Formats: sequence, C-alpha cells, structure tokens
Amino acid sequence: MAHDAHAAADTRRGPRPRREVTTAFVVSRVAVLAVAAALLLYAAPPLVADGSWVSLTLLCAASAGIAYLYLTRRFVPAKYLIPGTVCLLAFQVFPVLYTVSTAFTNFGDGHRGDKQAAVSAIETGSVRQAPGSPEYALTAALRDGELVFLLVDPKTKQVQAGSGQGLAPVTGAQVGVTGKVLRAPGFTVLKAPEAAARGQEISKLAVPTSGGVIKANGLSRAVEGRAALVYDAACDCVNGEGGPWKADEARGYFVNARGDHLAQGWQVNVGFGNFTRVLTDPTISGYFLGVFGWNLVFALASAGGTFVLGMAVALALHHPRMRGTKIYRIALILPYAMPSFAMLLVWRDMFNRDFGLINQLFGTNVDWLGQSGTARAAVILVNLWLGFPYMFLVTTGALQAIPRELTEAASIDGASPWYGFRKVTLPLLLVALTPLLISSFAFNFNNFNAIQLTSEGGPFPAESPQVGATDLLITYTFRLAFGAGGAQFGFAAAISVFIFALVAVISAVAFRRTRKQEEVYA
Amino acid sequence: MKLALRHGFVLLMCVFALVPILFVVSAAINPLGTLASTDLVPHGASLGNFADLFSNDRYPFARWFLNSVFIALAASFASLLLSMMAAYAFSRMRFRGRRVGLLALLLIQMFPQFLAIVTIFMIFTRVTELYPAIGFDTVWGLLLLYLGGALGANTWLMKGFLDTVPKELDEAATVDGATHAQIFWRVILPLVTPILAVTGLLAFIGIMSEFIMASVFLRDPESKTLAVGMFGMIAGDQRNANFGMFAAGTLITAIPTVGVFLWLQKFIVSGLTAGAVKG
Repeated sequence: MAHDAHAAADTRRGPRPRREVTTAFVVSRVAVLAVAAALLLYAAPPLVADGSWVSLTLLCAASAGIAYLYLTRRFVPAKYLIPGTVCLLAFQVFPVLYTVSTAFTNFGDGHRGDKQAAVSAIETGSVRQAPGSPEYALTAALRDGELVFLLVDPKTKQVQAGSGQGLAPVTGAQVGVTGKVLRAPGFTVLKAPEAAARGQEISKLAVPTSGGVIKANGLSRAVEGRAALVYDAACDCVNGEGGPWKADEARGYFVNARGDHLAQGWQVNVGFGNFTRVLTDPTISGYFLGVFGWNLVFALASAGGTFVLGMAVALALHHPRMRGTKIYRIALILPYAMPSFAMLLVWRDMFNRDFGLINQLFGTNVDWLGQSGTARAAVILVNLWLGFPYMFLVTTGALQAIPRELTEAASIDGASPWYGFRKVTLPLLLVALTPLLISSFAFNFNNFNAIQLTSEGGPFPAESPQVGATDLLITYTFRLAFGAGGAQFGFAAAISVFIFALVAVISAVAFRRTRKQEEVYA
Repeated sequence: MKLALRHGFVLLMCVFALVPILFVVSAAINPLGTLASTDLVPHGASLGNFADLFSNDRYPFARWFLNSVFIALAASFASLLLSMMAAYAFSRMRFRGRRVGLLALLLIQMFPQFLAIVTIFMIFTRVTELYPAIGFDTVWGLLLLYLGGALGANTWLMKGFLDTVPKELDEAATVDGATHAQIFWRVILPLVTPILAVTGLLAFIGIMSEFIMASVFLRDPESKTLAVGMFGMIAGDQRNANFGMFAAGTLITAIPTVGVFLWLQKFIVSGLTAGAVKG
C-alpha cells in the first residue's frame, strides 16, 4: 500500500504536459456524452412513471458520474476499470448480496407478497355464492369502451349496470324473453361471439356490493358472492371457515387453533431458520451431507480423471518415433469442438434403456441412468469424454516445454521409464498445470450442465423424491427454486450461501497451497 | 513392441472420442430420423433431417442459431474488452485500492454467477416490468447478464499475461507523446493477441453451451438460444421422434465453434497453457 501511495504521488508531482486537442479526443468525448445522455433518456421515464425515486436518483448520479469521469483528465485508472466494474456490481455482486439477504426470508410460493396482498388474495379467493342471493341474467356491454355488466334481477326484472365502481340502476332498457338485455341507452350491448372473445375480462370483473361482490358465472349468469374469510384488523386474524385464523408473524401464515394454516401467506424474515433447517431437519441434513460427499467425488473424479487420461494420451504420443500424431491429435480434439450441451443430451440418449446405443452395442438391457451406481459411473464417464481433450491439449503443450535432456539424463543414470516419469516429468508437469487442475475442480464442483442434461439428478429413491443419486448441490438448489414441488426461493438461497461458503473454503485452501497469487502482486 | 502398445492405447482413446460423434453423424443422416432406428453405422443416407430442421414451424432453428452466434460473439468480444481494460489498469497503473480490487476479483471469481440464479430471476422480473427491451425473452438482457461475469473470469489471467509484456514498450510510447488510450489500443492490444484469442475462444465455447441462465431467461420460442431450444426439441415424448433433427442441429452448432477454432488456431497452443476450462 505504501508503495502504491508513493507511486501515485510520483505521478502527481511536476506540471502536467499540455496535450493537443486532437480529432480523436473530441470525437471520443462527444461519444461518451452521447452514451451517458442516451442512457439517461432511455432509463429515466419508466422510473418516473413507477415513482421509484431512489433508483432515479441513483441513475442520474451514475450518468453524471460517467460523463464527468470521461470528460476530466484525472482518474485515469478508473476510466479503464469502471465499465467492467459496473457490470460486475449490477449482475454479480448485487445478486450475490441479494441472495444472502433472501436466505433469511421465507420467500417462495405462498410467500410472494406482503401481508396486505395475502389478505386480499385470501378474501377474494374465498368468495362463494351468498345464500338466498339472486342469480342475475348477465349481459356484457360497453360504456365508453369500458366493460360493464347489465344485470337483470329474475324476480323484479329490474336492470342494473355493474362496473368496477359498483351498481347503478339503468332506465329505458329493453329486456328480451331470455332475460338478456337487448339494448339500453348509453350502452353498446356485446353479441355472444364478442362477449366470448372478452371471456377473460368478463371473468375478472368484480362488481362490489354492500355485502360482497358480483361475479360472472359463465357468460350469461352472474351471482352475488360473499367472502367466506374476512380479515379483521382488530384481532389481526381472518374470521370464517375453520377459523379464527390468527396471524403468525414468525411463519408468515394465518394459523388456526388446530395448527393448520391458510395456503396464502406473506413474506417474513425467518432469521437463521433456513440455515438451521439445512443442518438440523433430518430429512434434509442427512441428504445434504450425502449430496455434498457425492459432489466432492464427482468433482475430484472429473478433474483428476480427465487429467490422467489426457496426460496418458499426450505421453503416449510424445515419442520421437511415433507416427501419425497429427491425425491422432485431430481425432482426439474433436470432442472439444462439439457443442457440449448437445453432446451431453446425446450421451443421455446413448444410455437410454430402450433405444440407447450402449445397450444395442453390448446386447444388454441395463437401465444405466435408472440405478444409482451405474448412473454415477455414467455421468463421470460422460464428463471424462467432455474434459479429456482439453487436458490432452494442455499437457501436450506443457510436455513440449520440458527439455528432453532431463528425461534422457534420468534414463542414462539407470532410472526406469516409470521412475523417470514419476520423479522428473510429473513434478514438472504439475508445476505448470496445478492452477488449471484447481480451476477444473472448482468448475466441476458446480457443473450444472453435466448433471441436469444427462441424469437430471436422478434416479430418485422412492423414500426421498427430492434428492437424486447424482444430484450436485447446484442441481438440488435449482430444483428447490424452480422445480415442480413449488418454489422455495428463500431456502434455495440459503443452500446457495452454503455452496458459496464451501467453494470459498476449498478455493482458499487450494490457493494457499499453491501460493500462486503472491508472486502476481509484484 | 512398445511403439505398438502406444498406438494401441491411442487408438483405443480415439475410438472413445469418436464413437459418440460417429453416432451423431449417423443419426443426422438417418432417413428415419428417430433415436430407436439409429445405429452406429448408418443404414442409409439422406439430408432429410437437415431439411426438416430449417423448414420446421415448431422449432425456429435458424433463428436460434442466429441468436446463439450473436450472443456468443457479442458477449465474448465485449467481455474481452472489459477485462482487458481492467487488466491494463491493474498491470500498468498504480492507484489506491489496487490491491484490494485485485483481491476482491479473486474472491468474486470463485462464485459462479449462476449460483445467484434465484435472485437474478427476481431482479429481472422487476427489470422486465420497467424495461421490456432488456428483460426476459430478449437477447440484450441475456447479453448484459453474461457481461456481469466478464471481469471476474478473465482479468487475472490477462493481468498475468500483461505483466510479462515489457513495460519499456509503453514507456517508450509515452516518451513519444502517446496518450494512455493510444498506448492501450495501439501498443498493448496487438501484443496480447495470443491470450485474447484463447480467452475469446473459451468464452465463445462457454456461452454457446450455457444452459442454466438462458433456460430461466428465455421462454419465448423466437428468442431462445440453441442450447435452450434444442433441449426442448428432444424433451419429453419428442425424444425419440426428433432425434435425427437434433443430431443434425448438433452438427450445425459445431460449425461456428470449429470456425472460431480455426480462425484463432495459430494462437491456441501458446495461449492454452495459461489456463481455463471448457464450459
């Protein structure tokens, strides 16, 4: 740090040389101003319309900052760092921080909005036809382009117009024999096909009345309904069927005396609840450890296996009298050129029990991806196929950098080839390739594609349909968040935080061992 | 004898490497176009699957292809530029917060962006409400998202490479009156072409095959990338029937990668050892 400050002071000293104002200079400044202005013009209006004043302030400050930064001659390093940093902050750092904060909530299906939204969803969701209320004959009509209901009371034949604002009597309407309104002054009556085209709008319209709401039941009937569940602010509870349902602020649910809860809840802060659930809930913690263990095995086997295979091939080709190396090399690199996502899917189908190539070739009838042992072997094999060409390329390069004299000297001294390889070639290779091996391990630790596109985490044992035999932590998290069993964003975020921590620890240990980073600081 | 052993082993590995590719080729020219009827050795040859691929109404393959190539080219170019600029600053300039910044990047690059997929989904739900042009179902939004990972992935690698380029070169340019921008564009960039080629290739391959974020992000058939679209092509009960078309698509998808590979070939071997992995 002291060194940095010193260097900075150096550059500040002395008069700044005058520079000519070149065309490039002017053009680049104008371009920067134009970009900043365009950004502001594009981004500001939606924020104003939405009333997000904080975001708007941030946006203006950012635009002004960019304009200033590129117009002034100072802050040269920042000119180069800001573009990448802005992207990094917006799309990586912010999501990660947001993930951490989400991990402390119960956000997910049933807990998406705030309490007010939950209450209104519960009330409108519980609307039933009120006992003894009339079943109106419904005619959909337009008044100044807005959809309204023309409602005819079956007993009194009185006509009323219902809109989102409420009911109003209509005079001078002509009612047909079926009870439908034929025409009414000031309204455009919709014909059946026109009404059918607006079916969604009609089923959405709710006409508030003193005791409830009138909603359409099909296209020609409307009934008055009452909410079976009504929120009472005085006791902070929902009264009605099965209730009273008391608000439970810790869980974000309305709970009754029997311990049941209403399906709709709201988002609350659950503290470390999600984290303790991972560690203490026996249905999760047991599997969590299992998944973690398999995840480690998978990453180690992938990184180590591809390295060993790739190195073996490279060594086999690395011989002065070896012929046809060029053709071999092209054949061996080909898997690397194929799109990996598609080849993963192809491998999945090669392992298919009924039509798969593997069963055809060997005349077997094994459900490769259906049993945990074979499924695990299969995904590792597939990953080896994908990864070994890269390791082959890299070791070939590294081998060429090792002087042949070294191995020759070892063999002259009487070392067996194996001994020479172990004591001379391998250590030299590892020096060059250890950082690659670490990053390969870290990559495979979270290799989502390799699992999701082949086994999808399966096979799933009957007793725990949530966790499959080949599940990595990341595929497990993905299923929790977006899977069919309902989204549990909060819980998924908590597991993401665990993965963050694990990756950080593993990488920190690995980097401490190589101590690579220290020499790069110089 | 020993040489024969070497040939035997290498041949075995070649078979391992080529069998799946042979299977894809065989499926792609299989006139029946189903998975069940595909063998390692093709029974007949026809280009029917390729024709189906481009004349199909349900799967706008050509559109997906353009989307993928556009996103992969644009994102790898832009991310190269962003991280090269950062690497230039970190390698050549001394400023307050440099050490902290480098350490922070090292830390951040350990966290793959898609671990935050849940919150990225939530953030872009909001962005889609405000700015539909860069929201879900748009290539621009996905492009921006990929750029978020740009700085973390490559800056260290490039800084390491840049440190090996003698500083005297840009000092000489400064003496000649060059500005920092001129040094960056005219002196530094031409010198670091090998590492640019390699990271560019790796970024291109990685983005072509990126699946998880694209699958959350793109749901409209017209906006999909090859990875998302072709996954849907053989999803569920389509798996058997569309396999020939899928295999044909796989071969076509390999073309841009091979193209970029050939284009950057001469730099690859020297640059590859500097490191990264396939995505």
